[in-house]
Amino acid sequence: MTANSTTHPEIGLLAMQRARWRWPELLFWLVALSAVFLFPNRYLILTEIAWLALFALSLDLILGYAGIVSLGHAAFFGFGGYAAGLLALHGIVTEPVLALLVAGLAAMALGFVTSFLVMRGSDLTRLMVTLGIALLLRELANRFSNITGGSDGLQGIEMQPILGLYSFDIFGKVGFIYCLAVLFVLFLLARRIVNSPFGLSLRAIRNNPLRASAIGIPVNRRLIAIYTIAAFYAGVAGALSTQTTALASLDGFAFDRSADLMLVLIIGGTGYLYGGLIGAFIFKLLQELFSTLTPQYWQFWIGLVLVVIVLIGRERMQRWALYVPRLIMRKFGGAKTPALLPEGDAP
Amino acid sequence: MTLLTILFDGVAYGMLLFVLACGLAVTLGLMNFVNLAHGAFAMAGGYVCAVLVNRSGLPFFAALPIAFLVSAAVGALLERTLYRHLYSRSHLDQVLFTIGLVFMSVTAVDYFMGSSQIFIHLPDYLQGQIDIFGLGVGRYRLMIIVICGLLTVALQLTLAKTRFGSRLRAAVDDPRAASGLGINVPQVFALTFAFGCGLAGLGGALGAEILGLDPYFPLKFMIYFLIVVTVGGSSSITGPFLASLLLGIGDVAGKYYVPKLGAFVIYTMMIVILIWRPNGLFGRSAAR
Repeated sequence: MTANSTTHPEIGLLAMQRARWRWPELLFWLVALSAVFLFPNRYLILTEIAWLALFALSLDLILGYAGIVSLGHAAFFGFGGYAAGLLALHGIVTEPVLALLVAGLAAMALGFVTSFLVMRGSDLTRLMVTLGIALLLRELANRFSNITGGSDGLQGIEMQPILGLYSFDIFGKVGFIYCLAVLFVLFLLARRIVNSPFGLSLRAIRNNPLRASAIGIPVNRRLIAIYTIAAFYAGVAGALSTQTTALASLDGFAFDRSADLMLVLIIGGTGYLYGGLIGAFIFKLLQELFSTLTPQYWQFWIGLVLVVIVLIGRERMQRWALYVPRLIMRKFGGAKTPALLPEGDAP
Repeated sequence: MTLLTILFDGVAYGMLLFVLACGLAVTLGLMNFVNLAHGAFAMAGGYVCAVLVNRSGLPFFAALPIAFLVSAAVGALLERTLYRHLYSRSHLDQVLFTIGLVFMSVTAVDYFMGSSQIFIHLPDYLQGQIDIFGLGVGRYRLMIIVICGLLTVALQLTLAKTRFGSRLRAAVDDPRAASGLGINVPQVFALTFAFGCGLAGLGGALGAEILGLDPYFPLKFMIYFLIVVTVGGSSSITGPFLASLLLGIGDVAGKYYVPKLGAFVIYTMMIVILIWRPNGLFGRSAAR
């Protein structure tokens, strides 16, 4: 990815070792794919899980790997969502995959521009500025209702068949396979990124920005790069949600969305790629459960989960959650640290 | 609506924001704790006042101190049981924890009080306008300026002149040295936190008329409180005060002159100021 791989062969080797596929990962994706056949009545929620997982993957890239805290990641999600909606409504790009790419690139451009704002100041300033940007976009989307439909959002979005071959069906089967495929492809890319020397340098920055810059890592350039990439991911996730629900609304920019996303990532664990995916699955499950139990007040329970998780402590929870898998791995698996599990940072 | 009226309304709005946000200015600005749930305490005060006035028929001015006390008590309880475990945690943990509290408070109030906006029945003598030098001045807003102005002065004096104020400043600057000097740091923090929550509750009760009171209050105004504190900086209480006035006047003027943009003006102001001065307008260059 960068010149570092040639200057430090050992880093390249380390990256290659980390990039090797392990069997739990294959199993994970097989299980994900088998959902197509196992739960034919659940395509809608499965689709939501798929794009939420992609969205969480995006936040993990900046929070888990680079240590950038953001309270406004919904900015890119909403931006991508509106971009995809507008492209389809005005008939500019009607082919879903191409529209996805264009929407992602639009969000990426936004990410590049705003990354310069986010680089200033402390964690707290970052939280505030990211939150401010998302709210600002929401306000704009609300005010310029002749373009965005205001509080009604964009409605009646009709999608062309994917690649001109597969049209979206009312059960959402095609939509789900489409989302899963996009998630998988972008996951492969993210896996490639975080296991490259570039990805390793990000972890160095997360652990200690000062030391990272002292050993010659261009900290700000790296952070801008990963922030821009993450914006692309979030934009694609937003576009997927627009395409599969045929709707883009102000909710895409809402603070709740960024907060929920934080929860998704915290449940699944930060700093390893499967965290966001597992978190998205558990979060949607919890949401389903709570909203069937108490339809109007499910957010109360979500809030309670957040409070409890923080009070117990994320590290302790992660240890508990990994206890059984670790035991199994020690018994049957050869690898000491399976790739599915987060690699502990050097103590 | 003349320039003076905008200025007057802006000042009233700004002072109200200050009373609402000054508790956060202490926890976030001085104690370095990101309490996104601050608005929930304000909402609690607002609802307590509304229930007392509308259902029990208590006079408005009798309900205000009760709103203060209830919010302060809730704040003290939560501080002792939950918040104090999080002082030493990362900002991210504090953010997550308090977001959780916000979600819980929003839905709990929705459950008990309903989701529609409610209003506090004001006494007749607080309604309408009075004429000062040919300028129509809302009585209620005038009252807000008087009460909030007095509170601000009292707060400044407490922090700067009293024994408690110097203890707080010592506890904030260096908790270890302060406790070495015999200051009961946890107690000072707990009292300060409770007092800040009480002020928020009072602000919520006073502001219900102007800001509106519904279960989404903590989410709607969270950003305003945060702007006040981050823009104002953390060095003193003067910074947040000036930031509140700036924000209040800016918001009222923006809504009057460019209503199409709405809250856009405020967010832009915040982002520009934070980029220009990441530690706030009146902040120390080396924030803790």
